[in-house]
Amino acid sequence: MDNLEEREYLYWLSHIPFLGAVKIKKLYDYMGSYKKIYNIERKELESCGFLKESEILFFEERKSYLDSVRRQLEQLEKKGIRFIAHFDPDYPKRLLSIYGYPMGLFVNGQFPGEEKPAAAIIGARNCTNYGRQMAQNLARELSAAGISIISGLAYGIDGAGHEGALEAGQETYGVLGCGINVCYPKENYGLFRQMIKCGGIITEFMPDEAPKPQNFPMRNRIISGLSDAILVIEAREKSGSLITANLGLEQGKEIFALPGRVTDPLSTGCNRLISEGAGVLISPETVLEYFKLQNGKILRVHEKNKNGLAKKEKMVYSCLDLQPKNLEEIVSCSGLSVSECMSVLLELELKGSIIQTSHQYYGKKQ
Amino acid sequence: MYSKVHSIGIIGVEGVPILVEADVSDGLPGFSMVGYLSSQVKEAQDRVRTALKNSGFRIPAKKITINLSPADIRKEGTAFDLPIAIAILSASGMIQSAGLSDCVFSGELGLDGTVNPVPGALSIVIAAKREGKTICYLPRENRREGVFTDGIQVIGLHTLKDLTDHLNGGKKLYQLPDDPVELNTEKDIYDVDFSDVGGQPFLRRATEVAVAGMHNIMYIGPAGTGKTMFAKRIPTIMPSLSFGEIMEISKIYSVCGLLSGETPIMNFRPFRSPHHTISPQAFAGGGRIPRPGEITLASGGVLFLDELSEFQKSTIEILRQPLEEGEITISRSHGAYLFPAKFLLAAAMNPCPCGFYPDRTKCRCSESQVNKYLGRISKPILDRIDICAESSPVSYKELRQGKKGESSASIRNRIERARVMQMERFRGTSILFNSFMKKPDLEKYCSLFETEELYLKQIYDSMSLSARGYEKILKIARTIADLEGSENISKSHLAEAAGLRSREGKFWGGIYG
Repeated sequence: MDNLEEREYLYWLSHIPFLGAVKIKKLYDYMGSYKKIYNIERKELESCGFLKESEILFFEERKSYLDSVRRQLEQLEKKGIRFIAHFDPDYPKRLLSIYGYPMGLFVNGQFPGEEKPAAAIIGARNCTNYGRQMAQNLARELSAAGISIISGLAYGIDGAGHEGALEAGQETYGVLGCGINVCYPKENYGLFRQMIKCGGIITEFMPDEAPKPQNFPMRNRIISGLSDAILVIEAREKSGSLITANLGLEQGKEIFALPGRVTDPLSTGCNRLISEGAGVLISPETVLEYFKLQNGKILRVHEKNKNGLAKKEKMVYSCLDLQPKNLEEIVSCSGLSVSECMSVLLELELKGSIIQTSHQYYGKKQ
Repeated sequence: MYSKVHSIGIIGVEGVPILVEADVSDGLPGFSMVGYLSSQVKEAQDRVRTALKNSGFRIPAKKITINLSPADIRKEGTAFDLPIAIAILSASGMIQSAGLSDCVFSGELGLDGTVNPVPGALSIVIAAKREGKTICYLPRENRREGVFTDGIQVIGLHTLKDLTDHLNGGKKLYQLPDDPVELNTEKDIYDVDFSDVGGQPFLRRATEVAVAGMHNIMYIGPAGTGKTMFAKRIPTIMPSLSFGEIMEISKIYSVCGLLSGETPIMNFRPFRSPHHTISPQAFAGGGRIPRPGEITLASGGVLFLDELSEFQKSTIEILRQPLEEGEITISRSHGAYLFPAKFLLAAAMNPCPCGFYPDRTKCRCSESQVNKYLGRISKPILDRIDICAESSPVSYKELRQGKKGESSASIRNRIERARVMQMERFRGTSILFNSFMKKPDLEKYCSLFETEELYLKQIYDSMSLSARGYEKILKIARTIADLEGSENISKSHLAEAAGLRSREGKFWGGIYG
């Protein structure tokens, strides 16, 4: 069977809105090839029994679009976007083992390497500085140790995970809940561009598809499917990240959750996962041990080198926490005058020991 | 016979001389008034006629013509009743005309001949003095507004009859004894003080720097963290008013009719805090005949905009011209009106709809909600606000420790010193305060030594500042140095300025990158 032609038929078939991955797979198993599906007789469609009358009509009507669909596919290829079907050798093997795997995937860049271990870093969009820094830090250390980092290119934890991996100069992969040519959220456009060159952008949705809310749980199954371990950084009681974690459990992936304070609403989801038996994510080594990888260079969290700071700098630094504090709090806690405190903070910021997370809010940097 | 009497009309907040001419001659009996009059002035006819009758005068059955000149200025208000009455009496020979040319009259007449108060008495007296007049006759209630102007005698009137008797026979008008009006501003005239506020050293410092250099300031933070409390106390630490300033401010309040017998003069700095539902007209000044708006009433003091993001966008955008030029021009078909608007802008707002951002454990607003909320304040307005202070919730300990903060008087001492330094530095230029400096002035007045220059470059690079941000840091650093009494800007001044400067770039919701 000619793969190229089959792909075109699959691409055409994917445009039919009421046909999801599962139904397409059923049709494919029934007919044996996509070309045959295209050329299917009306009677046969009726007899196979899972399409409604109106859907069959629509199906027939769509057949006339084949040519324009072919042209679209060519256009995409010119932009460097590939459409990979499940029978292609490039199709990620990990996905084939999950229920309802996508029959075709769009990719700009590469898929995660099959031989490399992969970890998904997921969590809340509205994250705290603690979560953001931990995600970035973990991603940096893990990817430096040879683990592919996979996430969803969203605000917050997702973005931080990708950033961490890119900082280490390693590939990272983003799975979108929208079309391959849509960057959502647009603030992550910089990441989007970088990841095309270093890693890849992956989606099962048709080009131009808007980021609809119902798309995200669907893309979560791909995130978990592509990874061997899932690291949940921060999640509220009800969170999309928990959906991913559950999907991961069903798919037999290892779940790790970052512990947080019990009172912290953004850690409730993680703490619950831990109480239900998820791995406790104390340091990057936890994950590395799971993958039986060694990396001697990894610094322990919280072990920022404090040497070389002047006395006042130490005074101010010791008042800070990973949770950013308002200038007012820092001033009262350090006991220095406002102007002294502010010059010390700026000094520390310039040295890279602390970070101004928001205007006049400072936190420790890892 | 013909006669003329001087009066003063009000345009904007300034008085302009108006000549009231009357001619009483033979012909069909009648009364006509000309001179681009509004209906209030036209109604003067009936008031004057009746008031004259009730004061014991018989108006001759002749043709009376009144002209208010210059005839191209629109005449408004009721203050011309008195001069019109005097002009008629003088033209018909019922009072002596000698000496009238040195006098200015202003007042509204009641039907029984009483003289009722008018707005803008202070502007009238000032304009009369400028015109070289020696006596100003005002309604009794307005007299005290005028007594602070030297070189002109201000006489308060109760009735028209008193005045005519006085003019005819030199009978001395009974004057209320002048209770001394406090011009003295040293005394604490504000009912709030900075010592009421305990703790919050950072907000204190930010406010102090803002006032010292007249930098506009924005407070951002959750509800109940002291934003309004601090803004209310800004007038208490502003330098004492000079006589000229008192006159400027009082003129505005006089024109708006906001002065009374008890407070005939504004000897304290105004604090205006309009509600956020205010209309653009009420804010900037408006009406067919423009009246001063809130920004003009705040002149010389503080304009406090609480919940800045809740104001109508068009209302906030009005601030662009006044913040730059210290005045506002309102144009109407019959002329343009200029109102002063030299105020310190203090604004307060929440960082997001719920108010808790960036505390993500409490704030559940999405990133785009935060952006949208902050985006209601446009960049040009933001550029004119130099200092931004984030307030954070006050801890119980701070609340209860009962430790008194530094008093307004002692903060004011430092600020006055900084003001003196600025006055000396900018002598001979149009700049009054550090915040007024433009780019070329920065090079001239904010020169840095090599180490400081390097330090600033480091800040500039690491914080990826914009050119605006750089200018703001220099201006604020200059003020901080002035507060310390230091001629040169040092590293610590720059560092503090960098922390105080207003939000921009990624911190302003990332929308004005």
